[in-house]
Amino acid sequence: METGIRRLYGFSTAEQDWKSYTLAMLAFNALGFLFLYGLMRLQGVLPLNPQGFGAVPEALSFNTAISFVTNTNWQSYGGESTMSNLVQMMGLAVQNFLSAATGIALAVAFTRAFARSGTASLGNFWDDLVKSALYILLPISIVLAIVYVAMGTPQTLQGSVEVTTLEGAKQVIALGPVASQEAIKQLGTNGGGFFNANAAHPFENPSAWSNYLSIFAMLVLSAAMPFMFGRMVGDERQGRALFVTMFLFLIIGTGIVYWSEASGNPILASLGLDPVMGNMEGKEVRFGLAMSALFAVVTTGLSCGAVNAMHSSLTPLGGVVPLFFIQLGEILPGGVGSGLYGILIIAVLTVFIAGLMVGRTPDYLGKKIEAKEMKLAMLALLILPLVILGFSAVAAMIPAGLSSLANAGPHGLSEILYAYSSAAGNNGSAFAGLYANTNWYNTTLGIAMFLGRFAYIVPMMAIAGSLGAKTRIPASKGSFPTHGPMFVGLLSGVILILGGLQYFPALALGPIVEHLLMLAGKTF
Amino acid sequence: MMSKIIQSAALFDTAILGTAVKDAVLKLNPMTLARNPVIFVTETAAALVTALWLRDMLMASGNVWFSGQIGAWLWFTVLFANFAEAVAEGRGKAQADALRRTRTDTVAKRLVIPETNDRIFSKVSALDLNPGDVVLVEAGDLIPADGEVVEGIASVNESAITGESAPVIRESGGDRSAVTGGTTVLSDWFKVKITAAPGSTFIDRMIALVEGAERKKTPNELALSILLAGMTLIFLIAVVTLWGLAGYSGTMLSGTVLVALLVTLIPTTIGGLLSAIGIAGMDRLIRFNVIATSGRAVEAAGDVDTLLLDKTGTITYGNRLATAFLPVPGVTEKELAEAAFLASLADETPEGRSIIALCKGSYGLREPDNTTEFFNAVPFSATTRISGVDIGTRSVRKGAVDAILKHVAMVANAAPAAFRDAVDRVSRTGGTPLGVADGNRLLGVIHLKDVVKPDIKHRFAALRAMGIRTVMVTGDNPVTAAAIASEAGVDDFIAEATPEDKLSYIRNEQKGGRMIAMCGDGTNDAPALAQADVGVAMQSGTQAAREAGNMVDLDSNPTKLIEVVEIGKQLLMTRGSLTTFSIANDVAKYFAIIPALFVVTYPELGALNLMGLSSPQSAILSAVIFNALIIIALIPLALKGVAYKPVGASALLRRNLLIYGLGGLIVPFIGIKIIDIIVAALHLA
Repeated sequence: METGIRRLYGFSTAEQDWKSYTLAMLAFNALGFLFLYGLMRLQGVLPLNPQGFGAVPEALSFNTAISFVTNTNWQSYGGESTMSNLVQMMGLAVQNFLSAATGIALAVAFTRAFARSGTASLGNFWDDLVKSALYILLPISIVLAIVYVAMGTPQTLQGSVEVTTLEGAKQVIALGPVASQEAIKQLGTNGGGFFNANAAHPFENPSAWSNYLSIFAMLVLSAAMPFMFGRMVGDERQGRALFVTMFLFLIIGTGIVYWSEASGNPILASLGLDPVMGNMEGKEVRFGLAMSALFAVVTTGLSCGAVNAMHSSLTPLGGVVPLFFIQLGEILPGGVGSGLYGILIIAVLTVFIAGLMVGRTPDYLGKKIEAKEMKLAMLALLILPLVILGFSAVAAMIPAGLSSLANAGPHGLSEILYAYSSAAGNNGSAFAGLYANTNWYNTTLGIAMFLGRFAYIVPMMAIAGSLGAKTRIPASKGSFPTHGPMFVGLLSGVILILGGLQYFPALALGPIVEHLLMLAGKTF
Repeated sequence: MMSKIIQSAALFDTAILGTAVKDAVLKLNPMTLARNPVIFVTETAAALVTALWLRDMLMASGNVWFSGQIGAWLWFTVLFANFAEAVAEGRGKAQADALRRTRTDTVAKRLVIPETNDRIFSKVSALDLNPGDVVLVEAGDLIPADGEVVEGIASVNESAITGESAPVIRESGGDRSAVTGGTTVLSDWFKVKITAAPGSTFIDRMIALVEGAERKKTPNELALSILLAGMTLIFLIAVVTLWGLAGYSGTMLSGTVLVALLVTLIPTTIGGLLSAIGIAGMDRLIRFNVIATSGRAVEAAGDVDTLLLDKTGTITYGNRLATAFLPVPGVTEKELAEAAFLASLADETPEGRSIIALCKGSYGLREPDNTTEFFNAVPFSATTRISGVDIGTRSVRKGAVDAILKHVAMVANAAPAAFRDAVDRVSRTGGTPLGVADGNRLLGVIHLKDVVKPDIKHRFAALRAMGIRTVMVTGDNPVTAAAIASEAGVDDFIAEATPEDKLSYIRNEQKGGRMIAMCGDGTNDAPALAQADVGVAMQSGTQAAREAGNMVDLDSNPTKLIEVVEIGKQLLMTRGSLTTFSIANDVAKYFAIIPALFVVTYPELGALNLMGLSSPQSAILSAVIFNALIIIALIPLALKGVAYKPVGASALLRRNLLIYGLGGLIVPFIGIKIIDIIVAALHLA
């Protein structure tokens, strides 16, 4: 089958250097974008459109096409009321696979830069892409889809069904090929729901069991990535250290969110509401606090962006965690593939800052980190704060940005911050509350998603090219140890301090002050 | 002479400090500061705040007193950073001046027809000499410029550059032919062919290096500057956008406080000290009488994986010393010792003296009365390889085994088995056996050994803990080499080493990604010195060797290679520790400034004022003052370097993280609080 695909498209599997690899990846994603944009604009005249939806508007098509190509899956629209089955299946679902496969391919190429010694080649993009899609994403998502169907998720080409409710009223219930979408949406850390309510919708996520299955599906590939890294570089401890760092954040984050949600809202308690349930606003009763907290942290730590509760309704501190996790660059453990190369960039930075303290010029896994790598790493790291803080600051001052807010005061600022963080971090979850389907937000969020993905990837791949060409220095007792608890602590410290330093002022004006105001009993 | 001057340059010499203060002001020139992005941004910020302050003064708006103080402290920040660099440079300049005094204008005796023996010369200034000229240098003359001895032999006082007053011999041909301008001929004469043009002699280059005139950023320093510039940009984004986000929240932030926030966040501490750390690293080498031709070489020293060490002089004392007596059956150790003692009285070689020392030390023997007429000494000679004494009819001899056998008129096979055994035992362990005979009777064997320096094994173990392999290079045969290698505890050895062997060993190691350091002095060492990542040439060596290496050891002491590596590591550690410290500082500064900025709009944010600072303005001012003072406080550390201990990387990291990472988090909380108390008490804000 692999050779069949290769013959059909006529690509060679010759080794590529970082430039050809990156160019192939960019060309492939550009084509994907154009195809998806065309599909949405022509939706009205194409088949498999049982609801008879018209063309998707320009700005929304632009935003959505970028969103799915970049593995963000930010949705400014309600799926069941905007997209035909054809667009959902041939456009969005296909990109769910391809954007995830692109992520895996890039992570593998970046890993090769460490695994190989003294070579400019990083593998072949087409080969990596086809293998990732064919042998990893496709088989697992087929199995997942079948399990989802067994749990009650619909899988049909019928647009909707009209039922008579108990009260005798007629109600139209939207249906569609949900199960297959759901499988790859979680597995590929895409997060774009078939329905507007995403994983809170009973058809997407019918029960506690399907909720667990979703969390597992989101985590499985991103969690596997550091282990793949460890094996490829021939030292599994290295991968384990990255994995432990990622999950340390995830576990502590879940703890904070759960504690904050369980503590409830003192303002409501003072109004006479029983605080025993904690803060249940915006949560599904069938999931409860714990599973909502876990889902919220996992989906943001992962760049998945599927939601089973409304993040806007989290308590301020409970909301800080998802927001901060996205701002940390989606590395905990991040999107499929993108999480690995993201945390590796931070690891390179950590080694550079702290590595000198052992009295050697820094190297990571025997590859010297020098001026060129630092320049590229700083370039990559500048993208997120530039996009998130830049767009947020502008949106917070102009009417086009402010008119979409549902809330005044610090919570409104949190909504803006969350939107741009989610877009630039390629997460795609929405804080809700912000009406994003406007020209301003569709366009700027589209740009944010584009820069957050590709403006990060290009310098990252340039680093891979530079490191791959270097000779691997054998490790000695004098080398900086990059496995074990000390490195985990150090890496966590750099992630936390570097991220905290960038976003602390913004967070202080948003959720942190909101939390303090809540404690003081003030509302806006 | 020089080394005394160098050693007397204390950490803070008042003369150096005076010049440094002046230099710090001169360095405010933005053109020079542009080299250092972090401090350049700080200077721009200071100028901006000064402009705002002037505007406030003229328009009588805003808080003039507050913005004036902020502006002043921002200027101080820049000045302190400049001062750190100026102090480091000043110490180099003091040393350069000491060197320059040796380069007084010398009169050279240029030979008119160098090929003949008639010594006709014309007196010219040393500055007019060209490469290729041949000059005559006689007793009492200063050597006018660098060159090679082409004829003659003389003793030379090189203390002007080495600080070592014992004269050295320089002669034509071989590895002792290089002479250095500025040194003095003590006795005899030689003809020197000038090899360096005026202005590019060894001393000139040393002056340039010491002064830092040719200082370029080293690769790691460059990479670190990029990191610091990148972080500066990130904080610029955070601060500029904060204006917009604050606007949304209903706070109009003034330019002054935004600039104050920016300057406290950008890594000014390490940015201000970075070049001082680099200069001080080279300076530490110079105090150690090693001159590096570039900062890159010092940095490479920290990265060295393998040390190539010459056996003689580094690992062993260089002379074979007597260590034991092995008597044949029927002879006691004491008897053998007595015979050996008598036989060695007339041996003035180091070996002979070591036998006497051993007899006196371990066997309590005393010099016999040798004034009697029966006492007839037979001195050691290189042809007989035997020494001894005749007392009456008794004749005692000691010497090389074959020579002794010949002396007692015995073929090797006929010697007693016990004697042959003893000889074999000594040879197998890499030692040299000497035979002792009394008349025709073989008494036993003296064990001469290449004695390994007592502390060297310990040092190699320490190096191994640092992850550094040691390789012994020796001309000895493999058996001898293996014995010494195992005794000294080196990881590997190259026996019967030729210069080509060294070169190919270095190339092989480098292919595996390792960095090699070695030292050498001969012309045939030059290719290996050039190939090695750190090549330390001995000052006593040839011109070719000195050109090939990237460091020159003025004391010509090969053991120093180990210290050179440590100094390199210390430089890198200092850089890393202060970077970590600088970044960790930011956490406290946020907790000082952020609540201060927004407490008017959101009084609840006062909860973030963990330090309980007295007022918003005092908080901002205290953070800025702390940020400036910490640079001054850390100058001694930057110049002295972080203490280095040869323990493994993990232990080093743990220690430095604890001190500079955790310390960097905690110190500013305390420091800012103290400054705030003072600021509040003085009603400054």
